[in-house]
Amino acid sequence: MPGKLKVKIVAGRHLPVMDRASDLTDAFVDVKFGNTTFKTDVYPKSLNPQWNSEWFKFEVDDEDLQDEPLQITVLDHDTYSANDAIGKVYIDIDPLLCSEAATVISGWLPIYDTIHGIRGEINVLVKVDFFNDLNRFRQSSCGVKFFCTTSIPRCYRAVMVHGFVEELVVNEDPEYQWIDRIRTPRASNEARQRLIFLMSGELQRKIGLKVLEMGGNAVVGYLQCFDLEGESGLVVRAIGTACTLEKISTLTSASATHPSNSSPSKDMKDSPQAAPSTLGCRSTHSSPVHSASGRLSQGFSVSVPTLLFAGMKPRHRSSEAPRFRQCRPVFGEEAPGIPLSSGPPTPLRVQTFSSFSPSKSYSRQSSSSDTELSLTPKTVRIYLSPSSPALVSDSSPLPSAHLPRHLRPGMSSRSTTPPPLHVSQSDTAMLRKSMSFSEELLLAASGMGSGGSAGKEAGPLKALLRQQTQSALEQREYPFFTLTSFPPGFLLHVGGVVSARSVKLLDRIHNPDEPETRDAWWEEIRQEIKSHAKALGCHAVLGYSESTSICEEVCILSASGTAAILGSRFVQDGPLDTDYRLSRQPLVFSTGAERVEGDMGSSASLGFEEVAPPGCGFCHIPYDELNIPFPAQLTYCYYCRRFKVPDVLFTTIDLPTEANVTGKGCLIQARLCRTKKKAQGEGNATAISNLLPFLEYELHTQLMNKLKLRGMNSLFGLRIQISVGETMLLGLASATGVYLTALPSPGRIQIAGKTPSDITYEQHISNMQKKINDTIAKNKELYEVNPPEVVEEMIGSPIPEPRQRSRLLRSHSESSDEVTELDLSHGKKDAFVLEIDDTDAVEDIHALLTDSPMPPGFYSCNTEIMPGIQNWTSAIQMFTSVRVFRLNNANLTNQGLNKIFSDLCENLLKSLYFKLRSMIPCCLCHLNFTVAVPEDELIQVAVTAVAMSFYKDQTLENGRQSGDKTLIKAITENDEQLQFNLELNAESSSSNPLSSTKGLSDVSGSHPSARDRCSSWIEQLRLKAHTIRRGSVKTTSSLEKASPLPEGRSRSLQSNRSYSGSSVTVVKMTPLSFIPGAKITKYLGIINMFFIRETSSLREEGGVSGFLHTFIAEVFAMVRAHVAALGGNALVSYSMKECVFMENPNKNQAQSLINVSGDAVIFVRESELEATSVQPQSAATRETSNGGDGT
Amino acid sequence: MSVELDVFVGNTTIMDKEVYQLWLNGYTVNDAVKVRIEGGIMEECEASAEVLLSDTMDQYRTFQMCERLLHHPAKLANQLLFQIPPDRQAMLIERYYAFDDAFVREVLGKKLSKGTKKDLDDVSAKTGIMLKSCRRQFDNFKRVFKVVEELKGPLVENIRQHFLLPDQLARDYAAIVFFANNRFETGKKKLQYLTFHDFAFCAGQLINHWTVGAVDNMMDDMDVDLDKEFLQDLKDLKILITDKDLLDQHKSLVCTALRGKTNVFNEMEANFKNLSRSLVNIAAKLINAKDVRDFFIDLVEKFIEPCRSDKWTSIDVNLYLIHYTNSVHILDTFKHHGVWNRYMGVIKSCILRMYHE
Repeated sequence: MPGKLKVKIVAGRHLPVMDRASDLTDAFVDVKFGNTTFKTDVYPKSLNPQWNSEWFKFEVDDEDLQDEPLQITVLDHDTYSANDAIGKVYIDIDPLLCSEAATVISGWLPIYDTIHGIRGEINVLVKVDFFNDLNRFRQSSCGVKFFCTTSIPRCYRAVMVHGFVEELVVNEDPEYQWIDRIRTPRASNEARQRLIFLMSGELQRKIGLKVLEMGGNAVVGYLQCFDLEGESGLVVRAIGTACTLEKISTLTSASATHPSNSSPSKDMKDSPQAAPSTLGCRSTHSSPVHSASGRLSQGFSVSVPTLLFAGMKPRHRSSEAPRFRQCRPVFGEEAPGIPLSSGPPTPLRVQTFSSFSPSKSYSRQSSSSDTELSLTPKTVRIYLSPSSPALVSDSSPLPSAHLPRHLRPGMSSRSTTPPPLHVSQSDTAMLRKSMSFSEELLLAASGMGSGGSAGKEAGPLKALLRQQTQSALEQREYPFFTLTSFPPGFLLHVGGVVSARSVKLLDRIHNPDEPETRDAWWEEIRQEIKSHAKALGCHAVLGYSESTSICEEVCILSASGTAAILGSRFVQDGPLDTDYRLSRQPLVFSTGAERVEGDMGSSASLGFEEVAPPGCGFCHIPYDELNIPFPAQLTYCYYCRRFKVPDVLFTTIDLPTEANVTGKGCLIQARLCRTKKKAQGEGNATAISNLLPFLEYELHTQLMNKLKLRGMNSLFGLRIQISVGETMLLGLASATGVYLTALPSPGRIQIAGKTPSDITYEQHISNMQKKINDTIAKNKELYEVNPPEVVEEMIGSPIPEPRQRSRLLRSHSESSDEVTELDLSHGKKDAFVLEIDDTDAVEDIHALLTDSPMPPGFYSCNTEIMPGIQNWTSAIQMFTSVRVFRLNNANLTNQGLNKIFSDLCENLLKSLYFKLRSMIPCCLCHLNFTVAVPEDELIQVAVTAVAMSFYKDQTLENGRQSGDKTLIKAITENDEQLQFNLELNAESSSSNPLSSTKGLSDVSGSHPSARDRCSSWIEQLRLKAHTIRRGSVKTTSSLEKASPLPEGRSRSLQSNRSYSGSSVTVVKMTPLSFIPGAKITKYLGIINMFFIRETSSLREEGGVSGFLHTFIAEVFAMVRAHVAALGGNALVSYSMKECVFMENPNKNQAQSLINVSGDAVIFVRESELEATSVQPQSAATRETSNGGDGT
Repeated sequence: MSVELDVFVGNTTIMDKEVYQLWLNGYTVNDAVKVRIEGGIMEECEASAEVLLSDTMDQYRTFQMCERLLHHPAKLANQLLFQIPPDRQAMLIERYYAFDDAFVREVLGKKLSKGTKKDLDDVSAKTGIMLKSCRRQFDNFKRVFKVVEELKGPLVENIRQHFLLPDQLARDYAAIVFFANNRFETGKKKLQYLTFHDFAFCAGQLINHWTVGAVDNMMDDMDVDLDKEFLQDLKDLKILITDKDLLDQHKSLVCTALRGKTNVFNEMEANFKNLSRSLVNIAAKLINAKDVRDFFIDLVEKFIEPCRSDKWTSIDVNLYLIHYTNSVHILDTFKHHGVWNRYMGVIKSCILRMYHE
């Protein structure tokens, strides 16, 4: 009996008139949870009833708490006939189940009816008294936090990223049950809404269980989707990334307290207590690997202020040292309790555990200097572990990379992504690749790790690391991450986009409890994705997402992501940080070898950056250049000149914050429409799967053309949506084009006509060529894409042997001046040729290439932030726009359709620019297009985005950039110093004792001062906490919206009291994970709502537009109300996942379904933050650096 | 090929002031688009007619959805459907309740009934204001009237609170309500020269001085009706004209005071008895509802016109009325100083306002 749900119905307002005679209503409320129902008294003759009910108490299992929504029904009492329902409110109580989220739901919530829409509001209070169930075999997963945000949420740091979680549940769709024939539309809609609420609750609980099993405490990048399969059922599925998150604020206080009481006893006392009580929540203590990293990072975070100076290194060590020891006992105690059974991660953990012992003994030997020592053994180990045989043996057992194309007999067929992205590889090639891979890795690692020269020695080891990392990832079922932006250091290299689609015939789901077929379908797709990633020489897939398109009984399943290589330190258990500075430090002790890497990293973190500049590292190819999985031209990186990069890069992730970009980005869309014959069943499925590869190929060609037309060389946030209708297939690819400084500038576009041609034709061609050239020039100006003219050397001289190349490279890194003198000409590059076969195609190409330009002052992108714009104002406007287009002309050619579709999208964008003209200068961010073919001859396009205005004058930004540059310069200087150091260290292992003693003296010398520093800092922190607390008490009444109160509860109670004052809390909504100019102080829980609206008086409600307009406005209103009731003032990572619209104008009827989700948060304006509390400098810098991430 | 559905919904409701005004003025979507195109917005924002039409349609839809709320402006502030910043809300309300002087002049003092509403097409034709807009304005008057009619307390304050209107607009509505309630005649030809603001000013005077609320805020009565007791007392003023001695005494006092101070002294002296009789008669008759309606026409016919024909300046009128009012207090036998002051204070300011030279 782990939970008691308490509900109080306070009052209602703006109720509809239910009694025509009196123009009033006799309202009462039905409160239902599970199978228990309570009722309030009837409040007679009022449109603003004050029930002020007692507390209704439901005693329920936590499993039910997670699955069931609280259902509040407002009714009109009728003495003689049945009571009329006014409307309902569904409340998801999940946010109340997590200690870190909201504590109470309180506020005015709209009463919603599926036929009439919003009918007044009700004021409720909901609380949960919750006892956490420690039962290992429990079915619930309360306390696991869910985030829609696809990056590490702003006020958390990731201690560990566990990996991919997925789940799906199926059920019969109530709309298609036999009973639907006899019940009212309202009853059927409500059954459907309730079922979907239940299913998403169940889904979330099941995913939560998986997360707990993996040892995590949160799901980030949670993506839930519905498949309305019609007759065959209803599928709710979700994917996400399991993480262990730690609140940054708690971290600081934790790290603050730790060093101050440096007595080991205290630590030992603390940890065992904490661990069992917060199982799953604070996994800092639940696994050894993790506590190691957690502890280190804590130690590290303390020294944040000192970090910038390399000279502080010994001090840092020293502060870390005692703690290292103290925590060791924790390991021992915790070890038996680790959930070792947790599948994929297990082997690593075991290794970790064993590999820990040597250093343990070490530290006991010499207590004061063990950290310094622990660095040295690692260096020693470098020589021990790497050996080529090991590499070979490691790589050879790689599973065969490619799944054979297969057709489900009579059921389905699959399309593989066409050439531009991915080409099938033979198994042998794979093997070869993975062997040479190590070399490649070696180089990269040395670059990333500790400088070129150090890399010489460390290299082989790193390669091994990488290998292990890779194998670690491969041991996982799916090395996928739904995240799209990452802390620096997480992402090493990007291979490219991988995607897979499969066409299936839907059949009735017979047993809802075992959704095997659907599971198997997705499994297949994921396997394919995984193998594609491997073919690109990558071990992980980032920015992963899945989607479906259903038409009648045919269903296209799609999945896509970005193949990538991750920093090994993060792969298993690395601490991830949202905080820029913190993240530099690393260190996961997964294996003996990784530990080395870890410590190397830590030394690097002491002040020097990795050598491969973070601004370009991710562009370097992860695959072997001899076995390039697809035709690509490789050149040396235009930034560091050391590693090879492809000529273009497509990804599904956000632009890494550290990436070096020239100019601004822009939205690039490829749109395609293809007719298809009407067909049934299998024939239809076959027809579709035959069309898919062409569709996708053309989409890519279009993307490529448009990219070049803008003079850019990479795409981020690529999302390809394919929608199937009865007579056509729609393809829409959206991405943000960017000019990456590291990549070569794109070649020109050259138009070629058919060979035998007359003069006028020639002229036409040249005219067009001129037009295109002009456009390119104009675009370059518009997006400020003017890369420094560089010329290249050694292009086209592929270095035959990796080994040789590596040597070559190393020499480069040794003499870095040389690099700048490289003569890299891109004159040799082939121009991009567009061939024109006939006049039709001329028009076609012309149309495709001339997207109407954006009006001045506007920019657009579909990623979180726009490269090149930093100085956002706080003005944001989220919006959704929907258009449905009817094709009256039934027999259109493909070209005709294309044009219509393209115009539709263009016009929609134009309308948006016009609507938002008051926000100029502004950028439409996260432009998310969804296309659908709701009916024959209908095309529906829905757009959700946020318009953010920015300050026009760029001085601020420029200042920032130059600041960054100087910082980088400073870092590289430091780097050089360290390189030398490390080299010395590595080469002369014999000098170890010397260095260790040196270290020791250093440590003892600087120790006290470091501690003083820490403790004083802690004092300041405490002081600050104090002032904040006091300040909030004082200011609550005056600063209702602005108060930085982290507690949702007091806030909502306040608003409760003041409701007569009539001001409604302003709730901001944004599809982004941040709010410009503000700091998110608390995540209150996930909002995931599903609504149905139906009407049988369409004309009276203003036609289809009026109907949908009202519905969307109502959905927004309900989302805002629920956010406000949780105590929040914004919804971030908002998305509208489903917007289904069906009409029957003849019957004057329409129906619409909308699913929305996002994270409810409390944010505080940065200006207010500064005003409300005097902050110690260190904390202030932390905050601004956080904010800086966002802006 | 046609756009079947076209919807734009912002988290913060986007409303264009210009389009709002066009909507309020009763333009159809197509006409509004034409007006906007003529306004040069296409060149300014590089928009096409298509875009403009879509935007206008969308805005019109939003306004229609909002209209329901605008009928109860207090609801606009705590409704959840539209997130509108407070300054925008104020703008919406103010503009929705704004009216055309030409229109209000036509219906001022008329009964706000269905019958009047039916005649709005004539008003529309006469004033050139679109029928839609006339209807909105008329409905606004009626709505405010209905709500305020039954409320206690100060009229202007009630209107301001219930309809969240800015002060001046609330005062204007108070005047409209007051005129409608007392059915003052304003449509006669002789009154045509008066503007709405003249009447509104007079209404303000009457509300502030002649209603029950003017004397006692705590009273249960309302601001919309004249103080019956006061009207009754006004009869007592008749003594000023019925008693020959008093009349003569009054005249000589006023004339003494005025002598040498004005160019129209002779006319004043000659007309004194007539004018005094007119003013006192107006006062005495006010107890009858019918005569209340004719209050303004009486003032014009019996006082303003004679003065005007004698070429008095407003300074003259002012001077005359001051002395006319004050001299009464010197009369020994006159006892009704309170009523006299209350009456003459309003009469004086009304006449001065209505006296256009």
